[in-house]
Amino acid sequence: MSEFKLKTPLSEGDVDKLEVGDIVYLSGEIYTARDRAHKRAIELYESGEELPFDWNGAVIFHCGPVVIERNGDWEVVSAGPTTSSRMNDLEPKVIEYFGVRGIIGKGGMNGGTTEAMNKHKCVYFSITGGAGVLVAQAVKRVKGVYWEDLGMPEAVWVFSVEDLGPLVVTISKGRNYYLEVEKKVLSVKENLLKRWIK
Amino acid sequence: MELSEIEEIGVELLRRAVTRLPEDVKESLKRALSEEESEIGRTQLEAILKNVEMAEKSGKPMCQDTGVPLFFLRVGKEFPVGIEEIKSALVNSVRRGTKEIPLRPNVVDPMSRENTGDNSGRKMPYFDVEIVDGDSLEITFMPKGAGSENMSFLGMLSPSKGVNGIKEFVLEKVIEAGGKPCPPTIIGIGIGGTADLAMKLAKRSLLRPLNEDHNDERIRELEREIAEMVNSTGIGPMGLGGKFTCLGVRMDFASTHTATLPVAINFQCWAARRSYALIEKDGVRRVLP
Repeated sequence: MSEFKLKTPLSEGDVDKLEVGDIVYLSGEIYTARDRAHKRAIELYESGEELPFDWNGAVIFHCGPVVIERNGDWEVVSAGPTTSSRMNDLEPKVIEYFGVRGIIGKGGMNGGTTEAMNKHKCVYFSITGGAGVLVAQAVKRVKGVYWEDLGMPEAVWVFSVEDLGPLVVTISKGRNYYLEVEKKVLSVKENLLKRWIK
Repeated sequence: MELSEIEEIGVELLRRAVTRLPEDVKESLKRALSEEESEIGRTQLEAILKNVEMAEKSGKPMCQDTGVPLFFLRVGKEFPVGIEEIKSALVNSVRRGTKEIPLRPNVVDPMSRENTGDNSGRKMPYFDVEIVDGDSLEITFMPKGAGSENMSFLGMLSPSKGVNGIKEFVLEKVIEAGGKPCPPTIIGIGIGGTADLAMKLAKRSLLRPLNEDHNDERIRELEREIAEMVNSTGIGPMGLGGKFTCLGVRMDFASTHTATLPVAINFQCWAARRSYALIEKDGVRRVLP
């Protein structure tokens, strides 16, 4: 288990050195995106249109933040992760089409996404669910917002962050830590039943 | 006692609930951190505790999912304000608090999904009202997030399954829920009664602090056993592996039909937020946390 400080955009080399279990603190820009932003990005790409932002090497954050406007500036109040599995069907395309190198979320993603990540050099970072203020404090500035018509939680917010973390690398190079934990849990289930249910 | 005072207390209860964790929950999280064996599990508990501290200091909601508003009222028969008036004052608290604190507007129509923008709506906030002796009013506020509420389960077990059946059902569902309800969770369990009563008992059990024992010895024993069983699964903090899958089990029961055994489970995430106010007829007595 190593610890890294990384800057976005991430390079292939950055991704190459990350193993499951590593801890990362991230600085630079990250982009929030949930179901609807994923869908729109894919639709634009497939109809040959450009995105209004550059996701090459980018880190996407599965998050619907609470943001308020104060004196013409945006302020992030609370911004913990949302459940990543909702993006399972959309993420492989987003990774392939735009060259996204990192996903931050909670709960992990499925085998299909793990494969796409492995193929296109992308990693998944887990951030503690519910840690809304921890993230908000790492956001130094809101650099912009796209697709506000999708509503506050679904819009794409560009956060400039400093030492966001601890992020735990949980999907990397074909390994999926969540699926490994799940397998272990299922393997002890029979013993638990025997021990606790007489 | 003016209605505006109740409204004011309501806003304060919302604010406290989303920015401070009750002492018993904080203590349990600290104990979990000191006893957690998994290194990754510890990183999660550390982040949780740091986040709680930051929320308290900055007065910002500890989690961006500030939940749906649930009120549990114990209204004294001689309390000078009527129940309907108390409710309407608290609806105003929710509308104002959503803007002032601020809370994330989460309440939507279940079919059109249209957001009301102020966390009020049809039958929302939710009120659970008990009429009791005396002249005071107790308000407990619980904002309930969707991540944990989505992990709710009802089993209408065959009575022959007995207590073992209850344990097996809970284990199945804890494994099914995995990291989704943001563990370490508090697991609310209601047994007996009818389907709806079992679920209500599960939810209400979550109001009982982790350091307060049930008065029935069998329930105390079952709570301990289930907690130990759940913490042997290895799911761990945030489902990333480890010992602490739950902080505790809170359980209650009701007598039931001879031909049925309802078991209801309602998870509460680590951000087990609740606030409490005791209001006497001439003013506020106590507010927690």
